[in-house]
Amino acid sequence: MSKHHIEMTINGRRHSGDVEARVSLSDFLRDDAGYTGVHVGCEHGVCGACTVIVDGKAVRSCLMLAVQAEGAQVTTVEGLAASDGTLHPVQQVLLEEHGLQCGFCTPGFVMTLAALTDGDAKPSEQQLVSALSGNVCRCTGYQGIRRAAKRLACNEAGENS
Amino acid sequence: MKPAPFDYVAPTTIEEACAVIAEAGGGATVMAGGQTLMPLLNLRMSQPFIIVDINKIAELKGVSRGAGVTRIGPMLRQCDAITSEALARDLPVLVQAVRHIGHHQTRNRGTVGGSIALGEPAAELPATAVALNATIEVRSTAGTRKIPASEFYLGPYMNTLQPDELITGITFPDWPKGHIPLFRELAQRPGDFALVGIVGALVVEAGKITRAGIAWFGMGPTPIKAKTAEQMLVGQSLDTLDIQAVAESAIADTAPFDDQHASAEYRRTVGKRIFASALREALKTGEVA
Repeated sequence: MSKHHIEMTINGRRHSGDVEARVSLSDFLRDDAGYTGVHVGCEHGVCGACTVIVDGKAVRSCLMLAVQAEGAQVTTVEGLAASDGTLHPVQQVLLEEHGLQCGFCTPGFVMTLAALTDGDAKPSEQQLVSALSGNVCRCTGYQGIRRAAKRLACNEAGENS
Repeated sequence: MKPAPFDYVAPTTIEEACAVIAEAGGGATVMAGGQTLMPLLNLRMSQPFIIVDINKIAELKGVSRGAGVTRIGPMLRQCDAITSEALARDLPVLVQAVRHIGHHQTRNRGTVGGSIALGEPAAELPATAVALNATIEVRSTAGTRKIPASEFYLGPYMNTLQPDELITGITFPDWPKGHIPLFRELAQRPGDFALVGIVGALVVEAGKITRAGIAWFGMGPTPIKAKTAEQMLVGQSLDTLDIQAVAESAIADTAPFDDQHASAEYRRTVGKRIFASALREALKTGEVA
């Protein structure tokens, strides 16, 4: 059983810790770094609730070891809203379209959408909806989430619809 | 639900990785993208003594050209395979197959070599490797070995890889410009394993099929080369080709079983239909080649 000293940037802040090799990134983010917005659902890669952004890409944090994120830039749902509380566009649209109900799966949906819409990316509605097939929600019936994805998608002219 | 304790090493060279794997004497498990291994660890279905993480080995990444072949590094991530210009040009059907693996989030970590090494019988990439006559290069401290993909798979999740061997490359022979990709799968939801699938490529010259490489997935304990169909197709003139007859005969190569998702009979019925419809669709676009 090996222990490793790791350092990573989480939501713009440096975090370090000593972890057993078997600790998942999701558990490190929750238990060591305190980012409990990382929701751990199935712990075997099916539900998508634990999705975070690692070096710009949405990944399941239960399917990665914490030690593998050594040196990485990690963003959790806590890292999206501005410091004055202004919501990230993805959060705002999900709020307006009733894209959440109990909220357990929501951080996963938010991070998947945020990874695909941040920066210069211009995803189509089809791309967003298809990426959301990797997230499971048991209460909204998905229609609000689909409406939010539609609003976040770019139309052919490259404008947000 | 946490993994049992293990040691972890992340070598940066192939030699170092092979040395660690050899030293562990069968107790090591190699981690590529981890999108299947991590669930197995979390569920404690797999309890290795040591995890050898090959994510830091630069030599195992990327796509390169060799003499008459495209060589894929096993650590090429599935998301990078989808956006690879070289693969879109030289192996379009592989890109099409990768799009059907898992979900966006798992393709961001999952690798081409990981999927080929695992050998899930209903997975897209092992069948693609078998269909296109790929060769799997493996290395151990004892040396290197090249295994034809058609001889690599022994059963579900079982292959001829020895405990001390590491996959270092997958080479796909060239297909001429203008060849026709063939891909069709039926799954209950996008991202699920296929109930039935076929993958491959065809070359049509002057109205005749001159080359065919096709394999089934989800139709037996391993990916299955569609030998009967290949033999019937090569040399056939498109004018006289009886697609339905080829589909009826092709199914004889498969060995599907009953499981909770579908019966063997259902798989055979659907297999014939998707084989025929995929072939019809492919040849319609390929007549001008």
